[in-house]
Amino acid sequence: MNAQDQPMVRIRSVRKRFGSLEVLKGIDLDVPAGEVVCVVGPSGSGKSTLLRCVNRLETIDSGRIWVNGELMGYAERGGRLHALRPHELSRQRRGIGMVFQRFHLFPHRTAIENVMEGPVTVLGTSAAQARRQAQELLDRVGLADRGHHYPAQLSGGQQQRVAIARSLAMRPSLMLFDEPTSALDPELVQEVLAVMRDLAATGMTMMVVTHEMNFAREAGDQLVFMDDGVIVERGNPREVLAAPRHERLRAFLGQVR
Amino acid sequence: MTREESAGVELPIEAVRPVRPGRWLGAAVALLFLVWLAYTVIVNENLHWDVIVAYLADGRILGGLWVTIQLTVLSMAIGLALGVLAAVMQLSDNPVLRGTSALYTWFFRGTPLLVQLIFWFNIGLVFPTFAIGVPFGGPKLIEWQANAVITPFTAALLGLAINEGAYMAEIVRAGIRSVDPGQREAAESLGMSHRQVLRRVVLPQAMRVIIPPTGNQFISMLKTTSMVSVIAGAELLTVAQRIYLGNFEVIAMLVVASIWYVVLTTIASIGQHFIEKRFERGHVRLSSRVRRNLSPLPSKEPLPSKEPLSSKELP
Repeated sequence: MNAQDQPMVRIRSVRKRFGSLEVLKGIDLDVPAGEVVCVVGPSGSGKSTLLRCVNRLETIDSGRIWVNGELMGYAERGGRLHALRPHELSRQRRGIGMVFQRFHLFPHRTAIENVMEGPVTVLGTSAAQARRQAQELLDRVGLADRGHHYPAQLSGGQQQRVAIARSLAMRPSLMLFDEPTSALDPELVQEVLAVMRDLAATGMTMMVVTHEMNFAREAGDQLVFMDDGVIVERGNPREVLAAPRHERLRAFLGQVR
Repeated sequence: MTREESAGVELPIEAVRPVRPGRWLGAAVALLFLVWLAYTVIVNENLHWDVIVAYLADGRILGGLWVTIQLTVLSMAIGLALGVLAAVMQLSDNPVLRGTSALYTWFFRGTPLLVQLIFWFNIGLVFPTFAIGVPFGGPKLIEWQANAVITPFTAALLGLAINEGAYMAEIVRAGIRSVDPGQREAAESLGMSHRQVLRRVVLPQAMRVIIPPTGNQFISMLKTTSMVSVIAGAELLTVAQRIYLGNFEVIAMLVVASIWYVVLTTIASIGQHFIEKRFERGHVRLSSRVRRNLSPLPSKEPLPSKEPLSSKELP
């Protein structure tokens, strides 16, 4: 396999358990570069856990995850896996943006300082340059005039857009979205989805855990339906949503619509 | 019509307050008590106000005051450093580090400070010399006599700082645990190292929880330093005691010391107020949010541009 057709994310036989509860029961999934993969499923199906395993916020019990051709969390030397040191793991995470359901903006820093934090602290970018770049990113997400506001002074939708800008400031090659609109008031959902659509249109590789079927249909290249720790159905979102093959997906779609 | 629209008529509320006779009576009694208290204190000849005034700015008293301030600031600073270290160890994954930290807080919170102070002052009885060199009986590079190193001041500093560290450890730990785990995850997702996560994200937010009890510890420490008088620490109370052993003005000297303690704690309380405000950054109360209208309706703000961004422009 050469570098061109290597998928951005390659997930093989991933298993994960919390105590006696197995939440991922052998997941295989490829996310080709530049594609948007939407992961849907009932709560407790393991979709958020899968996402968190990709940037190793959760460790996996077995299986392999490669991002950008790099094995996540381990280095293979002499036929054995060696767990990466913390700073090597941090380096891997830099290239993966993560957007959380509850935003997790740094409350003691203003919006623009939130966006500057990664480049300044991790990449060593000068404050002046980071500020210029952060201002551009806030502009992109429609918050050019909100830079000096603290997160508590922003609406949920605005906070989530700042959080997306904060991730983009690290120039990631992959963006993970963990139910980015689930904590928002209904009228604020669209402004966040609009930013995500724009991002998808730039060719960003995205894994999106969501309940927004319209977003999946319009912006997604692949739809993955998970239930009880396994991938039940996958395919082109328009086809899958129009004619679900599995009863479990039909039942699920009946509930979210 | 179920809801009446106001037709532009102003309806001011100028209600009469209810009379509260019980409250008035209570206030009158309290006032009377205060006047009586002030009167008895002022006219009481046994208090020797002239002596109190004369000694308030006495050189020895001011010297003792300075030692009290030094002891408080130094032992709080060292205690805070020890506390952060112990708290970080306590939250570590390594059981040996966790155990060491737990042992430290367990022992120093479990024994009286007074005992610790006397112990440190007499440590020469256990360890006659201190040396830098190879441990477990190896060769020594430098060696000191305990009696030369352990002055009342160093013994006081050791006792106060190490004891304080054990209490600060609990305060810092509670502060760190109060920070939403999502903050750590967000910081780690940006690729920050453990140290960066702690310094840039966790500790600044933990400070909001850590500062108020730390201020209390500081104010408490100002007064706790008086315990050092058992090992003749030369701080405010020791000096006051030395003076009254000479002139027998026991009460007057205690009043002098008390006045200075009150002055110090008052200044510390004011400082605490401003430091707390500093670390409230970003924590806006809902009322002030509404007043400043900083939470505008989504319709008023520009939605993100609909045209796709070019991949060149985007990082």
